[in-house]
Amino acid sequence: MAEAVDYKYIGTSPVRPDGVDKVTGRAQFAADQNMPNTLYGKILRSPHAHANIKSVDVSKALAMEGVYAAVSGADFPGGARGKVGGEGGGDIGDVARNIMARDKALYHGHAVAAVAATSLTIADAALAMIDVEYETLAPVLDVVAAMAADSPLLDATNFTKNLPETPDKPSNIASVTVLTRGNVDEGFEQADVTVEGEYHIPMAHQGYIEPHACTATVNEEGKATVWCSTQGHFEFRSMTSKILDWKVGDLKFIPAEIGGGFGGKTTVYLEPVAVLLSKLAGRPVKMMMSREEVFRATGPTSGSVCRVKVGAKKDGTITAAKAWLAYEAGAFAGAPIGPGAMAIFAPYVLENFHVEAHDVLVNKPKVAAYRAPGAPQSMHAMEIALDDIAREIGMDPLDLRLKNAASEGTRAPYGPKFPAIGFKECLEAAKAHPNYTAPVPEGAGRGVAAGFWFNIGMQSSAEVRINEDGTVIIMEGNPDIGGSRASMCLMAAETLGVDYERVKAYIGDTESTGFCNVTGGSRTTFATGMAVVQACEDIIAQCKARAAATWGVDEDQVEWEDGQAIPAPGVNADVTPMSLADVMASAHKTGGPLLGRASLNASGAGASFSVNFVDLMVDKETGKVDVLAFTAIQDAGTAIHPAYVEGQMQGGAAQGLGWALNEEYIYDADGVMENAGFLDYRVPVASDLPMIDCQIIEVPNPRHPYGVRGVGETPIVAPLAAAANAVRAATGVRINDLPLSPPNILAAIDSD
Amino acid sequence: MGEFAYVAPATVADTVAVLEEHASAGKRAQVLAGGTDLLVQLRGSDNEPRTIVDIKQLDETNRLDIGADEIFIGAAIASAVLYENEELKALLPGLLESSDLIGSTQIQGRCTIGGNLCNSSPAADTTPAIIVDSGVCVIATNSGTRELPAEDFCTGVGTNVLAPGEFLLGLKFPRPGAGTSDAYLRFIPRTEMDIAVVGVAVNVTLDDTGTCTAARVAIGAVAPTPLMVPAAADALIGTQVDDDALAAAGVRCTEASSPISDKRGTAEYRRKVVAVLCRRAGAIARDRAMGVS
Amino acid sequence: MSKVHVQTTINGEAVEYLCEPQQSFLDVLREDLLKQGTKEGCATGDCGACSVLLDGRLVCACLMLGVEAEGRTLTTIEGIASDDGLHPIQQKFLEHAALQCGICTPGFIVATKALLDKNPNPDETTIRYWLAGNLCRCTGYDKIVRAVQAAAEELAQEA
Repeated sequence: MAEAVDYKYIGTSPVRPDGVDKVTGRAQFAADQNMPNTLYGKILRSPHAHANIKSVDVSKALAMEGVYAAVSGADFPGGARGKVGGEGGGDIGDVARNIMARDKALYHGHAVAAVAATSLTIADAALAMIDVEYETLAPVLDVVAAMAADSPLLDATNFTKNLPETPDKPSNIASVTVLTRGNVDEGFEQADVTVEGEYHIPMAHQGYIEPHACTATVNEEGKATVWCSTQGHFEFRSMTSKILDWKVGDLKFIPAEIGGGFGGKTTVYLEPVAVLLSKLAGRPVKMMMSREEVFRATGPTSGSVCRVKVGAKKDGTITAAKAWLAYEAGAFAGAPIGPGAMAIFAPYVLENFHVEAHDVLVNKPKVAAYRAPGAPQSMHAMEIALDDIAREIGMDPLDLRLKNAASEGTRAPYGPKFPAIGFKECLEAAKAHPNYTAPVPEGAGRGVAAGFWFNIGMQSSAEVRINEDGTVIIMEGNPDIGGSRASMCLMAAETLGVDYERVKAYIGDTESTGFCNVTGGSRTTFATGMAVVQACEDIIAQCKARAAATWGVDEDQVEWEDGQAIPAPGVNADVTPMSLADVMASAHKTGGPLLGRASLNASGAGASFSVNFVDLMVDKETGKVDVLAFTAIQDAGTAIHPAYVEGQMQGGAAQGLGWALNEEYIYDADGVMENAGFLDYRVPVASDLPMIDCQIIEVPNPRHPYGVRGVGETPIVAPLAAAANAVRAATGVRINDLPLSPPNILAAIDSD
Repeated sequence: MGEFAYVAPATVADTVAVLEEHASAGKRAQVLAGGTDLLVQLRGSDNEPRTIVDIKQLDETNRLDIGADEIFIGAAIASAVLYENEELKALLPGLLESSDLIGSTQIQGRCTIGGNLCNSSPAADTTPAIIVDSGVCVIATNSGTRELPAEDFCTGVGTNVLAPGEFLLGLKFPRPGAGTSDAYLRFIPRTEMDIAVVGVAVNVTLDDTGTCTAARVAIGAVAPTPLMVPAAADALIGTQVDDDALAAAGVRCTEASSPISDKRGTAEYRRKVVAVLCRRAGAIARDRAMGVS
Repeated sequence: MSKVHVQTTINGEAVEYLCEPQQSFLDVLREDLLKQGTKEGCATGDCGACSVLLDGRLVCACLMLGVEAEGRTLTTIEGIASDDGLHPIQQKFLEHAALQCGICTPGFIVATKALLDKNPNPDETTIRYWLAGNLCRCTGYDKIVRAVQAAAEELAQEA
C-alpha cells in the first residue's frame, strides 16, 4: 500500500469554482435556456400500461392556432421496430422506442406523440386533440409472475439470452447471468449454520430535484444545437444521432448545469423529440418534464426479488453462498443484473458460490442507472443474511465480516484479484469508532452493513490552457454533478504547483472539448482527473522545454517545482526561474501559447468499500422509525476534496435510508403508479435525518496518480441492510422486504 | 369550455354576486383563499377553465377576533399568521398545532384552516380539531350569513354543504374556559410533508377533581369525511381520563372508523393507529386541561 | 383569453407584467420575467425549490398565482446578495460545501433567510423542521444544516 503523501492542495476543501453562481441564482440549468421565438414542446403519454397502438392521428392538433409541429412514432426513422444501432450497455432501438412508442405502449406514461406550440397552455390543449386508438392488453407487473411460462408477453420476439440452449418460446426474461465458483453443495455441507431468505425491494427513483429539460434549435442548414440536463452530452449526441439517423457532426450538445442525476440522466428522453420538433417547426423548441412525468416516464431502478442462502462455520467462516436474483427491467431489457450478481458477494472471501440473475420485462418504465446500479438490491439480501448468521453464532457483525473480508490479493467473485483495497480498514475503523463503542440508546436498535462498488474508468479528454497571467483554464467534458470542477482544480493546482484560486475548470460542449464518456460509474474524478493531471504534466513538459531553450541548457537540466521551471541541482546556469506567466510572456519567442492536452481510456479504477451503522428507534404501536444516528465509513482512496467526499457519503446515506424506509413505486392493478409526486414518493426531508457522521478511509488506488478511487456510488449500498438490521435489533422481528414503512413494520410486529 | 378569469371582489356581497352569476350561467367559479390546494389542482388533472374568486381582499375573511366568549378566525388568514398569535395558541393549542402541521413552512405561509375545511379532504388536518373545538362555520349567502356546526360541513370526499353562491367567511369557536383544552395528533410516515394517514383530535373539560365533564373526539383519514366520535367522548366523560378511559376511547375510534387501504396505509393499519393516536392525543389534552405543560 | 395586468415589486424594483389568470407566479417569474434563479422542482409545493418571500413571508412561487403579486413585495434569490457582496447565508453555503448540484440551493437560501429573519438563533431541530419543505437529494442535509448554523452565528456577530 502506498504511503500517505503530504499534498499542498489535495485534501483541502476550498470553495468550488461554480459556487457563487449557484448561491445567487445565476447558474444556468437546462430549463433556464431562453431564445427568441421559442416554442414549448409537450409529450402525450399512454394512459395504459400495456396496449397495442392501432393508430395515432395528430392532424387536429396540428391544425390548431399556435401549434407548429406534432409528431408520433411514425415520424421517427427505423419503422415500427427499427433497431437503430448498438450502444454499450443497451440497445439503441429500445431507447428509440422508449422515448416514442411505435406499435406498443409498454407502460403508463410511455410517450406516444408530441407537439410544439407557442405556449404551454396551447401545447396542453393540442395534446388533448391527438387521437390515439389503443387495444389494451393485460399489464405484467409482478417480476416473478412475469417469468412464468403463461405470462402475457411484452415482446413476443424476446427469447431469453445467455441460456445454455436457445429457448424455443419467447418469454419476458430478457437474459440470465450466472456466476459460479467452487461447489456450493459441498460448501453448505461444511456449514454449522445456514440462513435462507427471500427479499423484496420495490422500484425506486433517483429523485433528482431538477426535472429533465432541454431546448433544441435546428437551423436552415439542418444543424441542431441542444442545451440539456445530462450526465454525458457526448453520449446524448450519439444516441440522438442514432435515433434520428442524423450525422453526429450535425448535432451540437451543450450541457447545462445539471440539477442532480444519480445515473438517471445518462440516457435521452426529450432531446431527440425536441430536435425533430424544432426541425419541423423551424423554431427553437423547449421541453420541460413535470415532476409527474419524471416519475412515470424516466428510468427508476429495478424492483427486485432476491433469494439468498448462506452457510457458515461456528467461527464465522462463510462456507458457501447462493443467490437467485430477479430484477425488473421495466419495458425494455437492461436491468442491472450483471453488477447485482457481481457485487453481492464481492466484499468476502468465498470459495463456493453460485449466483443466477434474471433481467425481466414488466410494464413499468425502462430502468436507468441509479447510484451503484444493481448492488443495493442484491447486497441488501446478503448483508441481512450475514446479520442473521452473526446473531445465530453469537458473533459481533463487524467481526463476522472481518473474518471473511476480502483484501489485496483476494480473487473477486467476478474474476480479477483485488489490488490494494480498504474493506478491512473500514471494518477496523467501524469497530473503533466512538459511535460504535457507545452503547445503543435505550429502546433503540443498531444495524450494521457493508457496501461495495466497482467504479469504472472509460474514456476521457482534458485540455489545460494557460492564460498570459499564468492562470489556468481546464476544459473537460464531464458534467459536474457534485463538485468535480473543484476536484479537477485541486489536482491541477497540485500538479502544476499553482494556487487553487488561479485554476478554473469548465465543462466544454461537444464541439469545444474532447470526447468524454458519461459522468457515471464514479469515474469522473478518477478518469477525467487522470486526464487533467496528464494534461498538466504536458504543460510542465512544455514549460521545461521552453525554459531549457531560453536558458540554453538541455531539457533534462530543468525541473519543475512550486509552479516554476528551475535549473536542476548542479546545473551551472545563472537564470531566473520561469513561472507559467513567465513562459507565456516569452511564448511568442519559444513556440506559441501553452496548451496541454491528454486523452485516455482509463483502466484501474479502484473498488470502494464501505461500512455503515445506524441507530434507530421503532414506535412499536405505529411502526414509525426514527433515525437517531448514522455513521458512514468508506474507503475513498485519496480524498481530493474531503468535504465533497463526505457530501457523497452523506447524500448516498440519505438516499439509501429513504429507499429503506419509505420510498417505493406504488402501482394499482392496472399498472398506474399511484404516487407520482414528491407528496407520496417520500424522499427524506431535513427533519427525517440526523447529522450523518463520516469517516473517510484513504487507501490510495495504486492506478491513479493521486490515489483516487471514486466515491459516489458505494454510499447508497449499505444503508438498506443497515436499516433492516437495526429494525431487527430494535423490534426482535426480521423484516425481509423494503420499504420498512410504518404499515409494513406494524404488520410484521403484530404477526410475530 | 369557457376561459380562465380572476376576480378579487372588495365586498362579501360582490363575492356572493359573482359566485351566483356563475352558478346561474352554468359557468364554473372557484373560491381562492391560500391556493395551496387550488394551484395543485390546476397543475394536475383538473385544469378546466373557471373563474377564480379571490376572497383575500375581504375585511371579514381577514378578521381575527379573540373575544370574551367567542373566537372568530377569518377564512383567509394564513396558518403561519395564526401560529404567531400567542394568545390563540394558548387558547386552542390543538387547533393551532393541526394548522401548523399542514405542509411545509412555505405552505404555512399561504394555507388557511378555512381552505382546509372547504377542500373537504377526509385527511384534512385541521377539520378534526375544528370539530372538537366546537367550531361553527360562518357561511356567506345571498341573504346574509348562515351558521353550521363544523361536524356537519363535509358531506363526502371533496364535497361539502356549500351551495352555489355560498362561501365560507370564517370559523367561530366558543372561548375555552379554565379546565378545557384540546390536542391533535396525526400519523405520517415521515416527520413532515405528508398527508395524514390517521388524525385524531380530542377536546376535554375537567373539573377541579380532574374528572372529565365534557369531551369531544374527532377522527380523520379513516372515513369519507372527518368524523365526530361521540362514543369515544362518552368513554372519557366521568373518568379521570386515565389510561383505561383513553384505551376505551381508542377502541371506540377504531369501531367508528371505516378506512380504506391506499398508497398511504392499509385499512387495518389505520384502524389500529386511530386508537393509538386517540390515547396519546387524549392524554395531551388532559394534561393541558389540568395545566400540566 | 385576456391577460391580467399586474404591478408589483420584486427585489426592490417596480415590475409590471401581463399574465394569464391561472398562471402561477413561478411561471411568470421564470418564463416571462426571466428571473430564473427561482427553480421548479415539482410545481406542487412539495420541494421548495421555488421558495420566495411574499411581503417577507416564505412561500412557494408555484402555489401562488401571478395575479396575486399585485401590490405586494417579493424577494427572490436574485435579491438576497447586496451591493456589498454575498449575503452571509450564501457565503456559509459555499464554505460548508452545502450544495452539490445546486438546483435546490436558491430555495434553501431564501428559506434560510426567512428563518433567520424570524429566529436568529435556531437550534438544529428548528432548522430541520423549518427546512423540511425544501428537498435536497444530494447532500443528506448535514452540510446544509451546518451552513445555516454558521450563518446564524455570523449574523449574530454582525448584529
